[in-house]
Amino acid sequence: MSELAFFIDYSRCIGCQACVQACGECDTHRGRSLIHLETIERRDSVQTAPQVCMHCEDPICAQVCPADAIKQTPDGVVQSSLKPRCIGCSNCVLACPFGVPKYESDPDQMMKCDMCYDRTSTGRRPMCATVCPSGALAFTSIEDIMRTRQGRAINEWRFGDQPVRTKVHVLVPTEITHVDVGLIPLSSLRRGSPPADPYDVAALLEDR
Amino acid sequence: MARLPLPVADLAREFGPHLNREPAGGWHATGDPDRIVPTHCCFCGQQCGIQLKVKDERIVGFEPWEAFPFNRGKLCPKGVKRYMQDEHPDRLLTPLMRDETRGFVPIDWESALDRTAREIQRIQGAYGRDALAVLTGASLTNEKAYLMGKFARVAARTANIDYNGRLCMVSAAAASKKILGIDRSANPWSDIPKASVVLVAGANIAECAPITTDYLWQARENGAKLIVLDPRMTPIARTADLFIPVRSGGDIGVFYGMLHVMIQRGWINREFIDAHTTGWDALQAIVERYTPEHAASIARVPASMIVRAAEMWGPAETSFLLHARGIEHHSKGVENCMAAINLVVATGRIGREGCGYAMITGQGNGQGAREQGQKCDQLPGARDLENPAHREHIAGVWGVDESTIPHTGLSAVPLLEAIHDGRIKGLLLLCFNPVVSLPDGDFIREALSRLEFFAVIDFFMSETARYADLVLPGSLMEEDEGTTTNVEGRVIRHRQVVKPPAGAREDWRIICDLAARLGAGDKFPYQSAQEIFEELRVASKGGVADYAGITWDRIDRELGVFWPCPSIDHPGTPRLYEGWRFGHPDGKAHFQPADWRPAAEEPDADFPIVLTTGRVVSQYLSGTQTRRIGALVDQYPQPRCEIHPRLAASLGITDGDFVRVESRRGAVVVRAQVVKTIRPDTVFLPYHWPLDRSANNCTIRAIDPISKIPEFKICAVRVSKAEEPTGEIAGLEPEAGGIR
Repeated sequence: MSELAFFIDYSRCIGCQACVQACGECDTHRGRSLIHLETIERRDSVQTAPQVCMHCEDPICAQVCPADAIKQTPDGVVQSSLKPRCIGCSNCVLACPFGVPKYESDPDQMMKCDMCYDRTSTGRRPMCATVCPSGALAFTSIEDIMRTRQGRAINEWRFGDQPVRTKVHVLVPTEITHVDVGLIPLSSLRRGSPPADPYDVAALLEDR
Repeated sequence: MARLPLPVADLAREFGPHLNREPAGGWHATGDPDRIVPTHCCFCGQQCGIQLKVKDERIVGFEPWEAFPFNRGKLCPKGVKRYMQDEHPDRLLTPLMRDETRGFVPIDWESALDRTAREIQRIQGAYGRDALAVLTGASLTNEKAYLMGKFARVAARTANIDYNGRLCMVSAAAASKKILGIDRSANPWSDIPKASVVLVAGANIAECAPITTDYLWQARENGAKLIVLDPRMTPIARTADLFIPVRSGGDIGVFYGMLHVMIQRGWINREFIDAHTTGWDALQAIVERYTPEHAASIARVPASMIVRAAEMWGPAETSFLLHARGIEHHSKGVENCMAAINLVVATGRIGREGCGYAMITGQGNGQGAREQGQKCDQLPGARDLENPAHREHIAGVWGVDESTIPHTGLSAVPLLEAIHDGRIKGLLLLCFNPVVSLPDGDFIREALSRLEFFAVIDFFMSETARYADLVLPGSLMEEDEGTTTNVEGRVIRHRQVVKPPAGAREDWRIICDLAARLGAGDKFPYQSAQEIFEELRVASKGGVADYAGITWDRIDRELGVFWPCPSIDHPGTPRLYEGWRFGHPDGKAHFQPADWRPAAEEPDADFPIVLTTGRVVSQYLSGTQTRRIGALVDQYPQPRCEIHPRLAASLGITDGDFVRVESRRGAVVVRAQVVKTIRPDTVFLPYHWPLDRSANNCTIRAIDPISKIPEFKICAVRVSKAEEPTGEIAGLEPEAGGIR
């Protein structure tokens, strides 16, 4: 069996926040939760999406850090900023394509998901991926994922012209090989027919 | 309105709920824990395995327990933060006596127990034995549930004992017993991922049984189709293959409509029905009338949805039904469940791998606590209180004359009504918060204020305990030991992780001390919870819920044992009804025909909207525990009224507005949450909060004639925009019943 890796399946997320609560319980986080749980638009849907650090192979946050405060472990985990170096400029916060790093005024530095390095480096699984009751977050082998899940696990992204490879994988339909996040002109959103509203219960009740 | 010894704000200031946000010793305490104890979460019927960390005899954190097979380390936010109720500033550490000027004053244990026994004897001497009632809970261990039933029948000798499982599992239990002959989920959860179609009826699994989500999703990875019935598009419903937004109380329309189509198209198992069931013809005669159109008029959904559900469920090779309070909390709760179970039995898809059904128990020991004899009509081993042979067996175990065991008493709601009208004068209550959890809150509060004597055993000052004459500080789950029986029927063991703090005592010791003072000490000689379990094994032997072969050692070794387990060498029974042997004496399943009927209170011109109630993921039951945990309160601080944009617009309500939700019985003022994920004829309130934020101010005191479960899931209300509430209660913290 290959080494264990981190997988996200957004479609499984139920928004329960077990990950958010457990993140703060990690021995290195000590009451500070660093995972993001996005509520897409509660008025329209109960859909939610968890976001851990994707641990880019060539981390953009580190590239843009003027203080060289963001380091990667030999096994590719991108750490929170080094306290003595971090100047709190938030370049990383702005640059990260996944919106992961957070500037924390106390203790005046950037902090982010470090894949529970104290746990993963000692053979334990990250807190969030251990407790997640829906399996939206999983820390397991690629063989286990391929055996138990539909779809494909990918780790290649394109943000505009910028390709990004990440240590963390996401599960997508089989026909997708990478996620392409292009720029969408705002004007295109305002034209054309309104988007379908699949989660409006009133619409579902109208006989088809 | 009922009397409290002091204004609510004064009581809340002294006894909380206050919020605990840090583990004992703070976040930055150093050093490894002294020990890590594997045990279970106490915050729902799934009873997930969890390990608690102990440092200097204080619980300081948790570690997932990945070896426990049910949840394999998975937890919901309640499980993650449950340890924050330990070392809590609100913890009661001395018996308290009501004082008309000072609220509650400490008294010593001997005086408190003496006074409780004296008052019980006085009331029973003056008004008769049944004038004392005992109310208990379904979050108690099997040992404590057994002890409470025995205490009521042997020490207090009152018929009037019931428990808050009456608000939870009794409809499912009665339906299962009537059709299949046994009150238990028919299958272990490991069967769910093996089913090719899964029907979830009235179960907000993502919020009320989060761990079950992974079983559902795994079924879908394996190709299963998922059908969900719910008036709200829950997180499970969002991606379901078929979501049927049934109106609350219309479920029978869907079930019978499906069965109607299945009969027409030949998707029932005639061979199985002929050989292994009774009552089919009577059921079919009723179902014939439930054309998709008629069924749709009851369910208030398009007929096409019902046909499609039948097309998914009918021809499947394997299937699994899951249901919960959404169909059970009705004045026809038993009939709703029976109509659902009919779909399982009519196809013969039960009693084998990937085929079956389960009810999702809500409370910590929802399954076990209803088997050990603390229901008003039941004896240990899920025995019948009115069955002479059952009475004889238990009388023998207890060493009492059969004739001294009282007969059937009042169930929870009629019991409160008997307090209200003066037939019951004294109450001993453990593990129950009826002023938050029972319907028609004003009536319940008034009832409690009429008691001549009221004693409460609890570890926090619940909203109900505020009405007590005496409050005795009991134990948290992790301060005592014993077994519970999880949602699957798996008997598991809670370990004593730490001892109760000085001043508090294990609940079972308090009960034994009281029994001794009532002159029954020789029947309650237990020196440990395990001794109670050993007696429970004997008492349950030969009963339906047979624990005779289960020992604490076996539970530890085997990570739980499924009942029935009649002997030490018996492996336990994860899956019931294998070989199509059902629990009735004739070995057959018994179809139960019942026509649909309306709710006790349907909407009308004055109260035109359906109110339905339920849970949020971060709170548990009446919130006595979870409204004291800061991280869980932060997640969802105060109740909100979910309302569809169309209904909201017609009432001039926008998101975040204060709204008044009012029924014929009472009202709440909360903020509106405008969402498209609910039917436009229905509003939703979560029920975990007290006082002016208690959804049960509005709910109706109507009960199912068989199960006696209250109709929490439908009553008629009107909703209007409101001014920001002011005053003493509004100014409380939200976890105490205030509003922001």
